[in-house]
Amino acid sequence: MAEHAKPAWDFHGGLHIEDHKEKSLGAPVREAAVAPRLRIPLQQHIGNAAEPIVQVGEQVLKGQLIARASDYVSANLHAPTSGTVVEIAEQPIAHPSGLPSDCIVLESDGDDRWIELPEPLADYARLDPADLRERLRWAGIVGLGGAVFPTSVKTNTTGRVVDTLIINAAECEPYITCDDRLMQDQPGDVIDGALILQHIVAADQVLIGIEDNKPRAIAALRAEIEARGIANLSLRVVPTKYPSGGEKQLIYLLTGLEVPSRGLPLDVGILCQNVATTAAVADAVLRGRPLISRIVTLTGNGVAAPGNLRVPIGTPIQSLVEQMGGYTAQAHRLIMGGPMMGFALPSDDLPVVKGSNCFIVASEDEIPDPAPASPCIRCGECVKVCPARLLPQQLYWYARSRDFDKTQDQHLFDCIECGCCAYVCPASIPLVHYYRFAKTEIWAGERERQKSDHARRRHEFHDARLKRQEAERQARLRKKKEALRDKPATGKDPKKAAIEAAMKRVADKKAAQNQEQEKET
Amino acid sequence: MQFPVASSPHLQGNNNIRLVMAQVLLALIPGTAALWWYFGWGVLINIALAGLTAVALEWLALRMRGRNPWPAVSDLSAVVTAWLLALALPPLLPWWQTVLGTAFAILVVKQLFGGLGYNPFNPAMAAYAFLLISFPADMTHWLLPSVLSGETLPLEQTWQAIFQGSATLAPHWDALTGATPLDHMRTELSQNHMISEIRQSPVWGDFGGRGWEWVGNWFLLGGLFLIWRGVISWRIPFSMLASLLLIAGLFWAIDPETHPFPAFHLFSGAAILGAFFIATDPVSASTTPRGQLIYGALIGVLVFVIRTWGGYPDAVAFAVLLMNMAAPTIDYYTQPRVFGARKEVND
Repeated sequence: MAEHAKPAWDFHGGLHIEDHKEKSLGAPVREAAVAPRLRIPLQQHIGNAAEPIVQVGEQVLKGQLIARASDYVSANLHAPTSGTVVEIAEQPIAHPSGLPSDCIVLESDGDDRWIELPEPLADYARLDPADLRERLRWAGIVGLGGAVFPTSVKTNTTGRVVDTLIINAAECEPYITCDDRLMQDQPGDVIDGALILQHIVAADQVLIGIEDNKPRAIAALRAEIEARGIANLSLRVVPTKYPSGGEKQLIYLLTGLEVPSRGLPLDVGILCQNVATTAAVADAVLRGRPLISRIVTLTGNGVAAPGNLRVPIGTPIQSLVEQMGGYTAQAHRLIMGGPMMGFALPSDDLPVVKGSNCFIVASEDEIPDPAPASPCIRCGECVKVCPARLLPQQLYWYARSRDFDKTQDQHLFDCIECGCCAYVCPASIPLVHYYRFAKTEIWAGERERQKSDHARRRHEFHDARLKRQEAERQARLRKKKEALRDKPATGKDPKKAAIEAAMKRVADKKAAQNQEQEKET
Repeated sequence: MQFPVASSPHLQGNNNIRLVMAQVLLALIPGTAALWWYFGWGVLINIALAGLTAVALEWLALRMRGRNPWPAVSDLSAVVTAWLLALALPPLLPWWQTVLGTAFAILVVKQLFGGLGYNPFNPAMAAYAFLLISFPADMTHWLLPSVLSGETLPLEQTWQAIFQGSATLAPHWDALTGATPLDHMRTELSQNHMISEIRQSPVWGDFGGRGWEWVGNWFLLGGLFLIWRGVISWRIPFSMLASLLLIAGLFWAIDPETHPFPAFHLFSGAAILGAFFIATDPVSASTTPRGQLIYGALIGVLVFVIRTWGGYPDAVAFAVLLMNMAAPTIDYYTQPRVFGARKEVND
């Protein structure tokens, strides 16, 4: 049953920005060509880096496990195509820090030959959720909306009740259309994935939240839902407003429930999954395929033919640009993710990862260089747009003066870094930058404190141990002394007399040798 | 290919400080024109004098601080300060007092505290208070509105009065100047006159001082424009005027013969100008939504208290300055409930 209900709730603030989505929505998703050399970073997800299980020089097949989850919160990596492992070493990757990270470098053999895949689990509804989670874990599925948290971990609700599974199809950032295109092209996979996840977390109902600027995706999903006649799954269209795709914002829009500050959606009986993740879940469960590719939007005035591609993980960005007609003369800035929350990349010689939903090659008109910042005049524009109902001007004031305690009084960690405040700031202050700075400093301070706490505890333990040993020694001595004091009173102990005689002999000997340092013990 | 990097968000709206300030100046035009209509050329000369002084000193101060003066001067904030101060000054104030007041506003209250965004006090009001305390006679000697005196001082003579001293206008002078309505009310009340008697005087119009009441209306229009444009929020003007009306109404209801009618408080002095243009100065005002309501309301109460029992006839400047001091504390205790915070958590 598809519903088209206006939401009864609206989150505070937010922005209406031009969405620029049309330019990349023209054609269905194309399969990208396999690049000759793929670089697969071991760390593409939240948690610990994966552990390589292949050797340099080893031949691998498409879909073969090449790096294993090294911890509970970690994710498997599979070969995106068949070929040879030529290197396992640090390589530049797309990361805000700009630091290189360990990658498996795979040279494609051009055959794109699959390994034998595990059997499809078509009757998943009769399987134990734990087995299905194991399949997701094997497939290396992580949140594809950008958070890249391992899905098998997120769906392990550890006995907590999930009333509602929310599929986040809002795609609220301008320019990005990979989810829109996915819903138009593979509505069946989206619904299948949603139903599988519903079974795994035993949710009473599924709500798919989508912004009303995607009429074709809405129609495709609605047709699919109606054709199958599914109960307990409804499509909820919300007005287009950034950042309605923020997890907490979407939950509020659809249910009126507020995820507690610094809490999880599970605290209010909700689990959220991105729509691209659901399709990957369907792929893993119904076809036995691991997550080795994803849909990527390539758009902006700097690229000749914007559109969406299904891209093997590890493909260099420049190869995608070539496949979309190359750069235009206006290419000025490269952004991974959306223009509000994505980060600028210094080079296009970087690999696509599981979290790469979009690359914008922007012209200078589209994304101008940041204007020089002026002083904050506390006009309060930022307060009007903050979806977390923070006071961004106060946060800025305290972050700038490095008063980190005060930033926490102002609920710094409720900031979702959506960038609405900086967008409207008449003084062009890079506010989010200041908040990230404050968060990083606080985390660093926290680590420092933990380290010194640890050192202090060790020192205290060491002290206590020395004191205890000293006390024990004293106690022993005292006992001995008492024993000595008691024994002569009671009379002659032959053993003792013998010892005393021996000691006397030794003492005489020592005195004779004039060695005064020696003492009897 | 290599690309330049920057921090997110990568999009930027098209708002800027100059645009904000320019809209404030635009909103001041109707009220300023009304002042000019009733009080003559002195109003405009004061604005020009204060404006030029402010820009020149802002430039100088920034050069001395080793900053690039252009971005700060071109944001128009110094012009806004100067304009607001000039509106509060008597139209024939000696030129050097206007210059001195502007210098105090820009150099001491603004730049010494770190420039735009760092001043804890409203520069225009601090300068007004400075002048009022230093030159009480000149500062309370206003021109009568033209509707009362029946004539407007010509440009040439206005210029003469401001730059060469009002003594040169001797024959005209007495007929043209007098106390402000607020001052008039105060003096009359202190002589134990009844309000009904006092209102017989021609200085009173329909709902405030004659002439003055219309000036207030035109500033109100400008203020509503700023709210409509989203430059200021409705909270401070609303709460300030509402609390002033409420407390004035309360005392008036108790004894209408010793306490002037509530509209008197709104339309005789600087209440409207203060509510929309001065108390709303974002740098020195409270910044939280609830805090702004409290901040405005307390200014309204202080205006009434100072006008009724204080030593000076008008009170907006002192009320605003006092509340400027309270703004950080108000902000601290009025943080909005953040999304997801439990209701009882209210620190």
